[in-house]
Amino acid sequence: MQSTKDEKQVMICHIDDLVEGVPKEVIVNGESIAVFKTNKGKVNALKNSCPHKEGPLSQGIVSGDHVFCPLHDWKISVETGVVEAPDEGCVKKFQTEVKNEAVYLVL
Amino acid sequence: MEKERLVLIGNGMAGIRTIEEILKRDPNRFQITVFGKEPHPNYNRIALSSVLQGDSSVDDIILNDYEWYEKNGIELYTGDPVVKVDKRRKKIHSKNGIVCEYDHLIFATGSNPFMLPLPGADKEGVIAFRDIKDCETMIETSKHYKKAAVIGGGLLGLEAARGLLNLNMETEVIHIFDYLMERQLDAPASDMLRRDLEEQGMRFHMNKQTEMIKGHDRVEGLKFKDGSFLEADLVVMAVGIKPNIELASDTGLKTERAIVVNDFMETSAKDIYAVGECAEHNGIAYGLVAPLYEQGKVLADHICSKETEGYHGSLMYTKLKVSGVDLFSAGQFQDEEDTRAIRVHDEFEGIYKKVVVKDNKVVGSVLYGDTSDSPRLLDMMKKGQDISNMNKAVILPSEDENSSGESPVVSMADDEQICDCNGVCKGEIVEAINNDGLSTVADITKHTNAGRSCGGCKPLVSDLLSATLGDEAVSNQKEPMCGCTDLSHDEVSEAIKEKQLSFTREVMNVLGWESEEGCSKCRPAINYYLGLNKPEEYEDDHTSRFINERVHANIQNDGTYSVVPRMYGGVTDPDQLRKIADTADKYEVPMLKVTGGQRIDMLGVNKEDLPSIWKDLGMNSGYAYAKSIRTVKTCVGEDFCRFGTQDSIGMGIQIEKKFERLNTPHKVKMAVSACPRNCAESGIKDIGIVGVEGAWEMYVGGNGGVDLRGGDLFCKVETGEELLDTMSAFLQYYREDARYLERTSHWVERVGLDHIRSVVLDDDEKRKQLIENMERALRARPKDPWTEVSENEAKQKELYEKKQLEVVQ
Repeated sequence: MQSTKDEKQVMICHIDDLVEGVPKEVIVNGESIAVFKTNKGKVNALKNSCPHKEGPLSQGIVSGDHVFCPLHDWKISVETGVVEAPDEGCVKKFQTEVKNEAVYLVL
Repeated sequence: MEKERLVLIGNGMAGIRTIEEILKRDPNRFQITVFGKEPHPNYNRIALSSVLQGDSSVDDIILNDYEWYEKNGIELYTGDPVVKVDKRRKKIHSKNGIVCEYDHLIFATGSNPFMLPLPGADKEGVIAFRDIKDCETMIETSKHYKKAAVIGGGLLGLEAARGLLNLNMETEVIHIFDYLMERQLDAPASDMLRRDLEEQGMRFHMNKQTEMIKGHDRVEGLKFKDGSFLEADLVVMAVGIKPNIELASDTGLKTERAIVVNDFMETSAKDIYAVGECAEHNGIAYGLVAPLYEQGKVLADHICSKETEGYHGSLMYTKLKVSGVDLFSAGQFQDEEDTRAIRVHDEFEGIYKKVVVKDNKVVGSVLYGDTSDSPRLLDMMKKGQDISNMNKAVILPSEDENSSGESPVVSMADDEQICDCNGVCKGEIVEAINNDGLSTVADITKHTNAGRSCGGCKPLVSDLLSATLGDEAVSNQKEPMCGCTDLSHDEVSEAIKEKQLSFTREVMNVLGWESEEGCSKCRPAINYYLGLNKPEEYEDDHTSRFINERVHANIQNDGTYSVVPRMYGGVTDPDQLRKIADTADKYEVPMLKVTGGQRIDMLGVNKEDLPSIWKDLGMNSGYAYAKSIRTVKTCVGEDFCRFGTQDSIGMGIQIEKKFERLNTPHKVKMAVSACPRNCAESGIKDIGIVGVEGAWEMYVGGNGGVDLRGGDLFCKVETGEELLDTMSAFLQYYREDARYLERTSHWVERVGLDHIRSVVLDDDEKRKQLIENMERALRARPKDPWTEVSENEAKQKELYEKKQLEVVQ
């Protein structure tokens, strides 16, 4: 188990540990978070739980800026956490930062 | 800046529609609070009759659920009417003691049913027909009592009566006049209506006036002025409504029959407005939905400080919502001295049409039995079109014998309204169909609001859908693959073959995808078609696969996975069972279950444990998660069974080993039984084999799932080798010809069994080619994925690792 001391930012992994199109599940202080790398190298993080039936978004298909929940195919923006119509809702979003190829989560 | 406070009194259709219109114009300007007397969110009062008639449930008619209020930041108090308005301090008081300040106050208090002040009207079993509670009372009463009497032969009364008939009650309708619905129908139409309803089982007492309601605590009957008596266990009063203006007059607003408003829905007091049934504009209080919605729009414009021409009254028209009766009435339908009428009256067909004309303009109409011309007539009336040069066929297109019978929507102009309740024009719907790729009436309702209230326009919307997309498009379901493209599955797979495309991205690029990276519908499909076209060269794109296929296990509702090891033909041995038992113990697998395909399912496994479980099991993947060959289920067969004619187990294992791990458009389930008793259920499999004396029968297209379908006998062959060849050719043709995610049952229905036979059985050349293609595909299959992953650490890290971090404070 890794631990870091930074109060505000937690280093979660190296940028190369993230694979485009394959989200990564990270558990920080017991909270499950899905981390996405887009094809433009941008990193986004959302709570790993679909507002519909709590499906793990880290297991969804990622297309561009959207992830599709593996349970019932809800479409959710990884940039904003907003659920696409006709479904409704919003997923908690976490700020991320990439410094020196290290990915940080802002808590 | 602080938001302006807007308070709405009345949580009904008119008030909430006004709020919707306001939110459309200026979503963040107001802090909105709504008070309603009924304990429900806004529902479709017009549809109450369909609840009573059993066509909808109460949930179905909710227009705005609680989530909608929450999402729009609207504070809602249900079951809590406003009891006092303090104009000077701009405050309202609710029954439950809530005090709320306002900058703008809207009265949308609607109407109350008019209860005749008859002696005995307070007895148990005497109700109105106005809200959900009345419906529930009628439904409940029908369980214990038989005889219902409806006082009032108008629109509302007849809808209630029809509902009571559906609830299996003997239904008597008492009407004070000679004709039913005399405010909407002339004598001939009214007579036809009465005859039709009598046929449905309603009994009428015309020209009768009720004197008193008899009974002890509960109603027992009605006594009429002429001295006659009618037994009844339930009395529904449906003689009319009266605007609910008690609060308004207590507040000191100017009222006549209803709250008097000007063209901007302003009442006599500053910052107080009224809409809907409780408002009276130019001497008229409307009780129909379309005018209420028109008023809502004007008020929304006005309150949001948008320019508006104001409200100038509405055209009144009615459709009766009673099953089996088609009726439309609008405007001035009675003959007067200065009017002339076009009449069509066919007593054999039960059709009556009357169009009333004054000064060369249509001013009113009654249609009975065939109301297809109603949108056109309404439009002519609204526009005040001059008809002096029109012939009958133009005014009543349904009477044109030479017409092709095409729907009236075809000849409608783009600005003609289809949904009068919600004011949706033809043009808006066509635009939504084209721009948003809509293909069902439900989608159109969701996008445009058309058909959301009374539902009367749904047939027209459906016609318009066909007219816009073409009949064939709608009936053949030439649906685009997904929202990213207009191309169908067939077109995409054809293009991949023809242009020899090799990558997902390339396909989207070359075929002009609208979204750069596709979606969860098109990507798995493209990945499949690419692999089908070049089985040896194409490298599978695992990011385009659904999670189950990406991690080779089945995701469950709680995010855990299930593991189903391969057991060929459903045959296992002590060694396998021991390994499964030991592994289940070691990883504390919550449940072991025998599946429908004769396998063992280990349920509730954590994703990060998958690779090590597979390693410990030392068994191959059963592919229970994939669009591929699943299982071959077998019966005991000739080895042990008294009736077995063939070695079903041996054949099943041989088939499963030959085709395992093969990608298919959708899952393929198979079975081999050794006699027609069919213990392996071969009749409901994608391919089901039945052994008979000296031969095998092959059934195809069976399905035991959502669309239950018995398999069709495809052929009968004598040898195992011939059977395997035929299965190869059939499966390969399915792989090449079916659309991704199309089960064999749907594919067989779509292309026809004879066609498949002509390719797979009759055409030697094609059959040979199919078998060859299958062999190529089988050679290019991946190795067992479980073994591969449990030996590949990089893959484990990419797909199965879950990173645990703890922040030290």
